[in-house]
Amino acid sequence: MSLVSTLYVGLFYAATVILVAGLAMRIKKYAQTPAPLVIPTMPAPRTETGVVMRMFREVAFFESLFRSNKWIWLFGVMFHFGMLLVLLRHLRYFTEPVWFWVNWVQPFGKYAAFAMLAGLLGLWARRFLVARVRYISTPSDHLMLALLVGIAMTGIGMSFLVHTDIISVKAFFLGLMRFSPQPLPGDPLLLVHLGLVATLMIIFPISKLLHAPGVFFSPTRNQTDSSREQRHIADWAKALEAGER
Amino acid sequence: MADFDVPKLEDYLIVPEPRDQVTNHLAPFVAKPPHQSDLGFPEELVDNWKEVAIAKMGDLLGKYRSLQVFLDICVHCGACTDKCHYFLGTTDAKNMPVARQELLRKVYRRYFTFAGKYFPKLVGAVDLTEEVLDDWYSYFHQCSQCRRCSVFCPYGIDTAEISMAAREIMDAVGKGQKYCNEIIAKVFKIGNNLGLPEPALADTLEGLEEDIEDDTGVKVRLPLDEKGADILLITPSADFFAEPHVDGLMGYAKVFHEAGVSWTLSSKASEAANFGMFIGSYENMRKLALRIREAAIDLGVKRIVFGECGHAWRVAYSFLNTLAGPFDFLDQNYPIPQHICEFTYDLIKQDKLRFNKEENDHMTVTFHDSCNVARGAGMGGYEGGQFEIPRAVIKAACNNYYDMDDDTIHDATFCCGGGGGLLTDDLMEIRVKGAMPRMQALKKVTEEHGVTNLAAICAICKSQFAKTLPYFGFRMDQIVSVHQLVSNAIVMKGSEQEAELDGSAEEAGEAETA
Repeated sequence: MSLVSTLYVGLFYAATVILVAGLAMRIKKYAQTPAPLVIPTMPAPRTETGVVMRMFREVAFFESLFRSNKWIWLFGVMFHFGMLLVLLRHLRYFTEPVWFWVNWVQPFGKYAAFAMLAGLLGLWARRFLVARVRYISTPSDHLMLALLVGIAMTGIGMSFLVHTDIISVKAFFLGLMRFSPQPLPGDPLLLVHLGLVATLMIIFPISKLLHAPGVFFSPTRNQTDSSREQRHIADWAKALEAGER
Repeated sequence: MADFDVPKLEDYLIVPEPRDQVTNHLAPFVAKPPHQSDLGFPEELVDNWKEVAIAKMGDLLGKYRSLQVFLDICVHCGACTDKCHYFLGTTDAKNMPVARQELLRKVYRRYFTFAGKYFPKLVGAVDLTEEVLDDWYSYFHQCSQCRRCSVFCPYGIDTAEISMAAREIMDAVGKGQKYCNEIIAKVFKIGNNLGLPEPALADTLEGLEEDIEDDTGVKVRLPLDEKGADILLITPSADFFAEPHVDGLMGYAKVFHEAGVSWTLSSKASEAANFGMFIGSYENMRKLALRIREAAIDLGVKRIVFGECGHAWRVAYSFLNTLAGPFDFLDQNYPIPQHICEFTYDLIKQDKLRFNKEENDHMTVTFHDSCNVARGAGMGGYEGGQFEIPRAVIKAACNNYYDMDDDTIHDATFCCGGGGGLLTDDLMEIRVKGAMPRMQALKKVTEEHGVTNLAAICAICKSQFAKTLPYFGFRMDQIVSVHQLVSNAIVMKGSEQEAELDGSAEEAGEAETA
């Protein structure tokens, strides 16, 4: 196996460990940090079912963002749901036999890459064109978009222009999953694509990409309006009333 | 009249281009040593303030999930950037919610995250310096914790939570705000924000009883510290003397009188407002809330009702049970606590109050949803009750009512500009500028529907508008209490108003049959 293949084997194992362990640690932290006061943005659902519905509308339709700004919403939806279809399509490289519904997604997933790219470019354009967004953008915000645009463009390049040996790519990833590493084709486009993806996996748990798991822990969105009926006292707050009543 | 530029009201709300360093000089008076020590905070900026601040930040990150999650997950999408009334009114870039959060977030990143520790420039992380602390002091006192940004954030990030944490950190290093800290100590020592002692309070209430009797011929009582009463009324101390608050208090008294319930005020808990929330201090908020519990136990009441007060209602509705509960000694058949609007609305639904709406015909009214009632609390036990119930009460007492634009009411309401511990004269410039978006919406309904008056259910809103309305060409008395409208129109049994109405009805009847 070539040096490049060996490097990518190591890179993907490392990236996977960092992504999974990093996210697990972060989620554990969010879950274990107490929420001592009831602070849902009101009006809030009065039942748990209502909260599940609110959260579903938030992550499936970007409800609050829609109320807030139609351009960010449009670009955000194009990017996120484009990427979702693209990711589902990619499952074919990790499953043998390929699940039947992944085959259904395949044609949509191929073209969804363009929606993803357009959404990203729209969001990026706002960072230059809208003074308020320009003011709040940091270098990492631009780099994050560059990274995702790079992933999308190299992916589109391989899908539509310079095809890679996709059979070998699949063998490479199945090999990783079965702990019997296989060689990776040396196409530059593929190596750049996979290198950027691994980078994204590595920075996920230490960056603003934490918004993905974080939104589920946002107290303003995941709490019920039940404060008059129930006490919600945190352990550290309970300690304050020791011996009082 | 002002030594600063008052924002001009245009035909519609204009989102300004952000500018640097416009209001960085606006900061409230720093708490003096006694104000700090009264609350157990260091008297002045401690020598090792940086270490203390970072340690306090770490402490809060472990105590509040909101802070930990909100500091991590912002993606700088920009959805909130045009939502803050202080940004719209001042154009200062750091008054954009995300930019305000970044003041704390950039320090969080530097000391608590991998990326900020090793690549500070890349992710916008900075060391905690005196300059940063000054920015914190200015801009975290240019946030009224109104939560409007949190409505529009795709992750619900609430700048109020960040501001509260920042103020708590500043208190911990010895740089607190005079206005809030002085007032909290006053409640601990005397019982209310204004420092009204029991005799003065009793005297005031007696005067109000006389006023009501002069107006109506009915002996309506405003009892103080009456043991065995059914209801304890907790109301903001501004209700005891400020205009238009006091007219609202007379309205509550008339409603209680007509309902035939026994009720009382407490000199110990003669304050609904809880400034502990403004400074983010759970301990102080809790101590203030416990006074209400103690008063309820001492007086042996069965129910607690809150008067018109915005942040107080947030603390009462959302936090009181947690801070000072369980209230198992109260009558469980009623909400604990109950809002005066809920109380009045129930009577209206049961047709137990008689109104002569014509008494308010000289007004065309609109309702200002107070931020902390709208986005921090509820009413009526159903989603959105806090929007419907006050409006229903107003409409029961007034013939002429119009809402302001949809994107300025309900949960999209604009703060009055004086909330969250900013209602102090040393912050007048930021208060006036922050009032602009609400004034804009008011101007529109004034022109379109001839609205003459703005009704509110918050002591801060009322005081703030009484001060800021004139800056925008309105009159200070255009702000009214919701229960002032009730007070104007209510027809009490045995009152002169009743005699007049029924008398004239008889005469009219005679005229018809003649």
